[in-house]
Amino acid sequence: MSEDTFPTGRVELEIPARTEFVSLVRLVVASAAEIGPDMSVDRVEDLRVAVSEATTNAIEAHNESGSNERVGVQCSVSEDEVVVMIHDQGHGFDPGGIEALPSPDSPERLRYESGLGVFLMQALADESEIMSGPTGTDVRLVVYSSKRASTD
Amino acid sequence: MQLVVHTHLVDSWTVLIVAGELDVVGGPELRQHVMTATQAGASNLVFDLTGVDFIDSFGLGVLVGALKRARMLDGDLRLVIPERRVRRVLEMCDLDRVFVIADTVEIAIEAQPVAWSK
Repeated sequence: MSEDTFPTGRVELEIPARTEFVSLVRLVVASAAEIGPDMSVDRVEDLRVAVSEATTNAIEAHNESGSNERVGVQCSVSEDEVVVMIHDQGHGFDPGGIEALPSPDSPERLRYESGLGVFLMQALADESEIMSGPTGTDVRLVVYSSKRASTD
Repeated sequence: MQLVVHTHLVDSWTVLIVAGELDVVGGPELRQHVMTATQAGASNLVFDLTGVDFIDSFGLGVLVGALKRARMLDGDLRLVIPERRVRRVLEMCDLDRVFVIADTVEIAIEAQPVAWSK
């Protein structure tokens, strides 16, 4: 490793499936992301929202399935990107089964008080992957540093 | 962090000044304040979200729910969001075409309503 290479840092959290802990996850992930070189304030904000969506979904999945297990969050910060993994042990869902939103001009649009979470997560992260099965869901979110974004 | 909501009247508008985070915790708290205001007869609402530094889909859902409730009562809901980062989350979901969004309470109240069909 050359001296000017930024070393990868990693932080792991295990939280009870309680909504009060979502803000803690946002705080830790955003603080970790800010350490990364070339990570703009706007991209940290994008990550904060995406992580909030994924963590809220994970907590709700545990509450719906009655699981007492903890929700796991891993965050890795490197020179190129911030990678966040959120793991739950809920019953899973079909990411392909989420309906597209109707046009904002349509009165139908106001039926959608929920269901925006996965859309926002995918729109805000540079990469997002949802792996869901009957024993749980893993969400992987990646936000690129401005250095990587400009060379890609 | 707890959501702080102060309610006051400007002409026929009930202004809710909101500070904190509109997420899975703060969202339901705001919804409760909306229920209280509308049960007391309010139908024209302004949410001053100047003090809101975070919103996610849960918060957006509460805003949409409150707009529907206001329209059901033949009123409206207008938003004050000077903070670009919070406004961007609404724009990404095309909600800037559903709500009047202004920089100040005065501008929000004077704005033309967004056209919509019942």
